[in-house]
Amino acid sequence: MIITLWVLITVVFFLFRIVPADPTAMFVGAALDPVSQKMLKEMHGLDKPKLVQYVVYLNNLLKGEFGVSIRTNHEVIGMLRDKIWNTLFLMGISMCLAFFLGVGIGTFLAWKRGTAIDAAGVTLFLAFRSAPEFWTGMILLVIFGYGLKWFPIGLMLTPGAIYSGFWDKYFNWDFVHHLILPVFTMTLFYLATPMLVTRNSILDILKEDFIELAQAKGLSDTRIMFRYALRNALLPVITIAPLMVGFAIGGQVLLEKVFSWPGMGRELVDAVSGLDYPVVQAAFLFMGAVVIFGNFLTDVLYRILDPRVEIG
Amino acid sequence: MQTRRFLGTLSGLKRFYREQKEIFRGEKLSIAGLIILLAFVLLAIIGPHIAPYGSFEVSVEKSGFVPQDKSPSAKHLFGLTRYGHDVFSQTLTGARTAVVVGLVSALMVVLVGGNLGLIAGYKGGWIDEVIMRITDIAYGIPFLPMALVLMTLMGRGAWNIVIVIVVLFWRTTSRVIRSQVLTVKERAYIKSAQVAGASDLRIMYRHIAPNVLPMTFLYLSFAVGWAVIAEASISFLGFGDPDDVSWGQMIHQVFAAQMFREAWWWYLPPGFCIVLLVMSTFLIGLAYEKVVNPRLKND
Repeated sequence: MIITLWVLITVVFFLFRIVPADPTAMFVGAALDPVSQKMLKEMHGLDKPKLVQYVVYLNNLLKGEFGVSIRTNHEVIGMLRDKIWNTLFLMGISMCLAFFLGVGIGTFLAWKRGTAIDAAGVTLFLAFRSAPEFWTGMILLVIFGYGLKWFPIGLMLTPGAIYSGFWDKYFNWDFVHHLILPVFTMTLFYLATPMLVTRNSILDILKEDFIELAQAKGLSDTRIMFRYALRNALLPVITIAPLMVGFAIGGQVLLEKVFSWPGMGRELVDAVSGLDYPVVQAAFLFMGAVVIFGNFLTDVLYRILDPRVEIG
Repeated sequence: MQTRRFLGTLSGLKRFYREQKEIFRGEKLSIAGLIILLAFVLLAIIGPHIAPYGSFEVSVEKSGFVPQDKSPSAKHLFGLTRYGHDVFSQTLTGARTAVVVGLVSALMVVLVGGNLGLIAGYKGGWIDEVIMRITDIAYGIPFLPMALVLMTLMGRGAWNIVIVIVVLFWRTTSRVIRSQVLTVKERAYIKSAQVAGASDLRIMYRHIAPNVLPMTFLYLSFAVGWAVIAEASISFLGFGDPDDVSWGQMIHQVFAAQMFREAWWWYLPPGFCIVLLVMSTFLIGLAYEKVVNPRLKND
């Protein structure tokens, strides 16, 4: 797991070193005299050989230092700390909703298997899954933001909002009010995957002998559905969770752009355009860590739900 | 010799057609998906030729006035953009980008991922170990952020988008095909082929590959959908080629001009096209899903 993360940051590091464009040229411009240009390069360590730069970079990482942004000259860690939380809140809530609703609707559709409701449900949610998040987001913004004025048209807090500390910032109505539209957009997009997996895996399990036995015992449909089928159907749903988290963390880039959400995704787009590699490297490290943590969490959950599994 | 080989291919194709027909029989949703997909392929071929205006053509009225931001009219079916371009023509032309990028990158994703999965699954041992470790690492890469980095480094262009999609998407197919191969490989007829002295290549492509074909088609249809969304997303973020006409690029322009509040005619057509095209691939996938897992069939 750690090796995966290490390979990832190494790839990103060297990708930015083989780029022909000079990052310093992006922000100093040709107008700056050669002496200052040289100074800036020295400041970011760009004058040293690439391997030396790499060793220094890894060494600093181990000490918890992420370097200084090329664009803003601020410490990367300070720039990203708040944005990471903003992204995690948006993503975490949406993913939980997508999973709970997906499993619920999937169970319902499996119950109604073969009916028009089943076909309509599958088609409807596949349509939401097919619509790009940014486009759905724009439509929802036009309807509920500009048109009905129910929700703000972007940002995370009303400009000028004053808050005292972490809890105050995220646990207030203003935040929730700004959160609803992006969460709704993201949930609609990601809901179809857990829904279809739940539906299919229930259909699969309904053909097992123990279900037939339960029916023969005269147990009610509801009981068979929830106590017998759904419980066993949850395993495949959980295995897809880390994949979805990996996908979603990348998809944040789109959502945050549409809703002007001050998170990692938006920061990353700006950093990539500006060849601000210290910020990009830190962002990749963070996203890779989220994906890996998701994998770890899946392993743990799997072990709790299916005691037969031994994880080495 | 030549004719015999030709006839052999022909009967192979016939059999393939019969099998596919069987897969789609009674699957109304999947047939609808197939029809939509074929319609878009047709549009990709003729779209740019039947477009009434050039994609970047600006129509100037007799008075010398250049109309912009016009809602749909008889002359401009889907209206005009802020820059005076015809939305209908751009939507038609954009079909070619979407279909070509979608199909080509999906084919390559499945070709690369499928073969790696086949080799890893059949050969086992250290080859399997190496391929699967690389797959694991590929799973840790967040798609869009890495796509943006690669687009910045390689330069903007439709073919670079294809390369980026292939580099980042092969992982899924490879893992899925490998696990299928692992089960197929244990079957008796594979063992007997090995005993009969068939070469590894022959066993892999003659005996195992046909059995993992439905799974391959399932992931091919998914890959088309993912690729279309990926292309649209990359273009939307402004990392596509501004000289190309694509649906994502159109939505990018609306957003960049902050016109999406008023100009619904500008971003709804390309968006609906993306939804329909992507959805058709998912609907087609429903039929293959039932082949891969027969228990999903209703009885």
